Amino acid sequence: MSGYILLEDGTRFDGDAVGAAGHVTGEVVFTTGMAGYQESVTDPSFRRQIIVFTYPHIGNYGTSEEAMESSAVHARGVVMRSATNHNDAPGSTAGWLDYLDRNAIPAITGVDTRALVRHLRDRGAMRGGIFPAAMDEARAMELVQAEEPMTGLDLAVEVTPGEIVFAGEGNDGPLIVAIDTGIKGSIVRHLVARGARMELHPCTTSADALKARGGDAYFLANGPGDPAALGYVVDTLRELVGEKPTFGICLGHQLLCRAVGLDTFKLPFGHRGANHPVKDLETGTVEITSQNHGFAVLGPDGQQRMDTDAPVRWDTDFGAAQLSHINLYDKTVEGLTLLDVAGGTVQYHPEAGPGPHDSLYLFDRFLEQIRNA
Amino acid sequence: MPRRDDIKKILVLGSGPIVIGQAAEFDYSGVQACKVLLEEGYEVILANSNPATIMTDPEFATATYVEPLLPGPIAQIIAKERPDALLPTLGGQTALNLARTLSEDGTLERYDVELIGANYEAIGRAEDREQFAQTMADAGLRMPASAIAHQVSEATDFADATGYPVIVRPAFTLGGQGGGVAHDRHELEAVAARGIAASPTGQILVDQSVIGWGEFELEVMRDHLDNCVIIASIENLDPMGVHTGDSVTVAPQQTLTDRLYQKLRDQAFAVIRAVGVETGGSNVQFAVNPATEEILVIEMNPRVSRSSALASKATGFPIAKIAARLAVGYALDEIDNDITRLTPAAFEPTIDYVVVKWPRFAFEKFQGVDDELTTHMKSVGEAMAIGRTFGQSFLKAMRSRELDAQPDVSGTVEELLTRLEQPRADRYDVLLQALRLGASVEELHARTRIDPWFLRELIQPATDPAAVFAGERSYKSVDTCAAEFPAETPYYYSGWERTAAHEVERGDKPSVMILGSGPNRIGQGIEFDYCCVHAAMTVRASGRDAVMVNCNPETVSTDYDTSDRLYFEPLTLEDVLGVVEVEQPEGVIVQFGGQTPLKLAAGLQAAGVPLLGTSVDAIDRAEDRGRFGALLADLGYQAPPYATAHSVQEAISEAPSVGFPLLVRPSYVLGGRAMEIVYSTDGLSAYFERTQPQGEIYLDRFLENAIEVDVDALCDGETVWIGGIMQHFEEAGIHSGDSACVLPPHSLGEDDLAEIRRQTEGIALGLGVVGLLNIQFAVAGGCVYVIEANPRASRTVPFVSKAIGIPLAKMACRVMLGEKIGELGLPGDPMSGDHVSVKEAVMPFNRFSGSDALLGPEMRSTGEVMGVAADFPAAFAKAQAAAGAALPQSGTVFLSVTNSDKGAAIGLAFAFDALGFAIVATEGTAQAIRTYGVPVETLNKIAEGSPHVVDRIEDGGVDLVINTPTGSGARSDGWEIRRAAIARGIPCITTLSGGYAAARAIRAARAGELEVRSLQEIHGVRPAVTT
Repeated sequence: MSGYILLEDGTRFDGDAVGAAGHVTGEVVFTTGMAGYQESVTDPSFRRQIIVFTYPHIGNYGTSEEAMESSAVHARGVVMRSATNHNDAPGSTAGWLDYLDRNAIPAITGVDTRALVRHLRDRGAMRGGIFPAAMDEARAMELVQAEEPMTGLDLAVEVTPGEIVFAGEGNDGPLIVAIDTGIKGSIVRHLVARGARMELHPCTTSADALKARGGDAYFLANGPGDPAALGYVVDTLRELVGEKPTFGICLGHQLLCRAVGLDTFKLPFGHRGANHPVKDLETGTVEITSQNHGFAVLGPDGQQRMDTDAPVRWDTDFGAAQLSHINLYDKTVEGLTLLDVAGGTVQYHPEAGPGPHDSLYLFDRFLEQIRNA
Repeated sequence: MPRRDDIKKILVLGSGPIVIGQAAEFDYSGVQACKVLLEEGYEVILANSNPATIMTDPEFATATYVEPLLPGPIAQIIAKERPDALLPTLGGQTALNLARTLSEDGTLERYDVELIGANYEAIGRAEDREQFAQTMADAGLRMPASAIAHQVSEATDFADATGYPVIVRPAFTLGGQGGGVAHDRHELEAVAARGIAASPTGQILVDQSVIGWGEFELEVMRDHLDNCVIIASIENLDPMGVHTGDSVTVAPQQTLTDRLYQKLRDQAFAVIRAVGVETGGSNVQFAVNPATEEILVIEMNPRVSRSSALASKATGFPIAKIAARLAVGYALDEIDNDITRLTPAAFEPTIDYVVVKWPRFAFEKFQGVDDELTTHMKSVGEAMAIGRTFGQSFLKAMRSRELDAQPDVSGTVEELLTRLEQPRADRYDVLLQALRLGASVEELHARTRIDPWFLRELIQPATDPAAVFAGERSYKSVDTCAAEFPAETPYYYSGWERTAAHEVERGDKPSVMILGSGPNRIGQGIEFDYCCVHAAMTVRASGRDAVMVNCNPETVSTDYDTSDRLYFEPLTLEDVLGVVEVEQPEGVIVQFGGQTPLKLAAGLQAAGVPLLGTSVDAIDRAEDRGRFGALLADLGYQAPPYATAHSVQEAISEAPSVGFPLLVRPSYVLGGRAMEIVYSTDGLSAYFERTQPQGEIYLDRFLENAIEVDVDALCDGETVWIGGIMQHFEEAGIHSGDSACVLPPHSLGEDDLAEIRRQTEGIALGLGVVGLLNIQFAVAGGCVYVIEANPRASRTVPFVSKAIGIPLAKMACRVMLGEKIGELGLPGDPMSGDHVSVKEAVMPFNRFSGSDALLGPEMRSTGEVMGVAADFPAAFAKAQAAAGAALPQSGTVFLSVTNSDKGAAIGLAFAFDALGFAIVATEGTAQAIRTYGVPVETLNKIAEGSPHVVDRIEDGGVDLVINTPTGSGARSDGWEIRRAAIARGIPCITTLSGGYAAARAIRAARAGELEVRSLQEIHGVRPAVTT
């Protein structure tokens, strides 16, 4: 059955409708990772987004329980050049398209994804939708227009747990209290594998309630939406910073940066993929990172690009801080280190899932920091 | 850290002649490195014996030495040039082994030369099997169970204990040469013995078999800050058991989960760190058991490789160029990504298309050779294709092979499935046919172990290829980043989409399209790529945009730097017309890429495409026997009598009027495909029986004992200029591509030369050549005969260009773009220098067990080397040494000649006796020699029983073999003698003139070390970088 993808600027690409029947709208974004499709769609950070995979063949090795980054599919829709639906790969339990169908995710394949991605790159990520060919384009455009723009959206409330989730209960290591704005399973797995016990708290939990847990450290999770819409989490953080070692990833990084006085902005088309080079300005070394974010942090002078070879230092309400990592593609901020209290965050995803393992050491470092605190 | 200032002068080693397993990719990488090092302000000293390379063009180095890649000559170059550093990682296994030797023999220390890129210890850890296994174990990485053996019994003891099959791999050889799979003790005894003999260290590794496991390669780069990146992952469709050079491969990997792929990535970094390659690129090969996810490290190359060239072309990330910068001190993030110009080289390319590489085989050239694919590489070239889907890329790569004949895929499904159990060159043709006949993915997987994903994706290409290319052709960019950033470098491929969305930024400048030569094969190799690259340089220099179309990933022509726009496309009429449509070129050049583009000339012209240079009609007049014969008759030139036939009956009835012996071949061939000399009607019938030739067949009188001469000339339609006249060593009848030759001619009289010049001029003007022309003459009995004329760049253009110091292809291209010869500033006699140049062919016989080492009218060489010296014997000695058949300085020479050569053999015996050689011969030859009082020992022929001549050769009792053949009787004594000589690496000369040249060369070499001279010294060329 044929279908099409329509963008809010009227651009249309045709393809074949696959996955679940029906239509869907959301923010259309692209990811350049060549594998890890199932990890991507189950990453809560893709909430309300339609993912365009730049790699043309998707579904090659089926789907499996091991590739789940959360208990559900969070992406709204999937756009592909060529999709496979077989489950005879070792370890696979279901074909990819069956999996999408079962999770009620409409998708489209046979699309000139490269032409679509070039359009998004030039015009920026925008709202759009996947529609069956039978649907009138004017009606489809109404649906696209009705979709809320990503800027200003609090999506953490949609993915945060209703009550505390425990992990690593059998461990005897430090207790990490996490504000769960949509945490990826790989983050939990890496921390638990290093001996930590974890509590994942609803993001609306107050600072006092979090402090009362008596944890050894705080963790700030990744998650979807606009960090500027999460003022209440930032307020919570301002009460926690400096109390215990604090580490954050992606949205958690943006929130901690806002907590220490920095602002955030929406990137034109985001960073999504598994090949972004990040330079550690202290050591001069480069890590290849997994990325998935549509917003980024501005420097202390409001600058988007950090054209510097040395960490940018300034004073905050919590003492001295430095922007310690930059993205070598566009020189945006990738990491924050608090110098006077134990805390630091990264914009990228050291937990991989999908992507490279270059930054796994950050979890070791966090655990070490907790143990030394 | 920026560039190192403590080194000023860097010696770069090339890889020598093209051989199986080591081809044009090292010219590509070497050129990139030389360009970068010159740009960085270093002096570059280059050594490479292969004249058909762009890297040996004088503008790519401060000093260019076309000298044998052997420790002696390289030490001389070091002593003379005193470089500060040696970069050995860009010239393949040859350069790496040479660097190791120069380190071990103290040369590098003596002259204070630092190894950069990879140090001595790292080379050892990667290349020495024992050290590598230990290094991996120390790093916690697993390898197949294995044993090191120096003796056959050590190998069999291991396999008896751990089980068969096992894989045998010799240490320090390229392309797995001398290795193989052994399924039982008996096979292992043979394979192990061969492997031990093939290894320069007499060492083999016997591995647990992982046949059927998935085979993956990762291209890693590392800088001095220990930053590591993966440039590409490559998956072999053919599972473990088939050499990766012979496998169809795909990039990126398709079948591994991200989780498993990331494990490979981690291990690849662990390997490069453990081996200790401090800067540069390495290739790490893994076997993966798809069911258990078990990962085993197979090997690593601490240098750029065939795979890294493929990875560079597949992603747009220039590995060799970056490796050269890393070697002189830069970190990855200090180097720009040329393609985006916005982002640094510290990243991992991500691609949004699929790349497929197909090997190109040449088994049709070697009768009786086993064409099973094993761990021992047998392909001679490769084609790569880029498409939006695997199906598109696979079919594009498949048609890029340009086979002379489609493989026979007849048979039932069951027959085809049975054929697939043993991989051969036609494996995928058979597989597609099996799919067409309804074979299931499960059945195919069971027989081939090819991953089901690939098999399933091949169903549509097999059953409905048109559907794979449904929609519209759309030219898209290779940009390293899946469109995340705009690409600055115009490198395109065609994909098929619902509607075309071209990304070509054509600009307003007029463009000229150059059609390349496709995959390397015997008869059409790197020489033609060299000419295409020169054409691109010339077009750019003329102010036009150069547009390259080619599908060979090994080459310089497919470097995005070479032209203004590169289209990585198959060279079929339809594909080329697609490019014409978006380019609207001022003209298309078909003269430089060998037979591949020439075959398209008529079709292009019919489609209204303007061709530059010699017209299609003139090409036809040279290639059509009747029309060419008429031209020669008009000019009053002689040619050997000939006839054409379309059937065996016609050939037999025409033969008497031509006269035996006959040279028989099909029309329109390059490299003498299916060309043979026959002496009788029976022989003629047998030829038709054996080769089943199609279309027109040429019958020429074969001139016995003639001297063959090659001429390369330029013509602008009015004036003719002769670039070089080459005299062949081998008599006419040996394919010119396989014959050694000398420039200037050393034994032709002034009268003959004047006549050759006169006839060259007459033919060039008579045909109406605009551009290059190659003519082959034979001089016999004081008479000059025209053998054939080819109005295109010939195989000898690079050799002549280097011998005379004038780039012939560039001059020809200027003429094709409208300049007159008078405007080119060419000297009257370019051959009047104070040096002599010898070209020698390099044969692949040692690769193919079962192949006769005999030269004949069918071309079989894969590459060539050049020797330059002040006189002929010294140049010949250098060429022999460079070709890997260094002449002995003393010892025993074995002589065996046909009856008609007995008289001449006596002269040879005198010459070698005077040089102090002991002479051994079989009865007939020995008797003739003894009559003249030369001491000679008589050896038994094989039939006379052991110990016979072959035993003597195998025992190492012979240092040089001179054996002229008695016709192509299979399995004759001659065949066994030549096979034994090749197996032991003993120089084997099959012509009398070659024997005389050898005697003179030995005398010259004895007179002392041969002087090394750079091309810049010889020709007085000033270095400059041209891009």
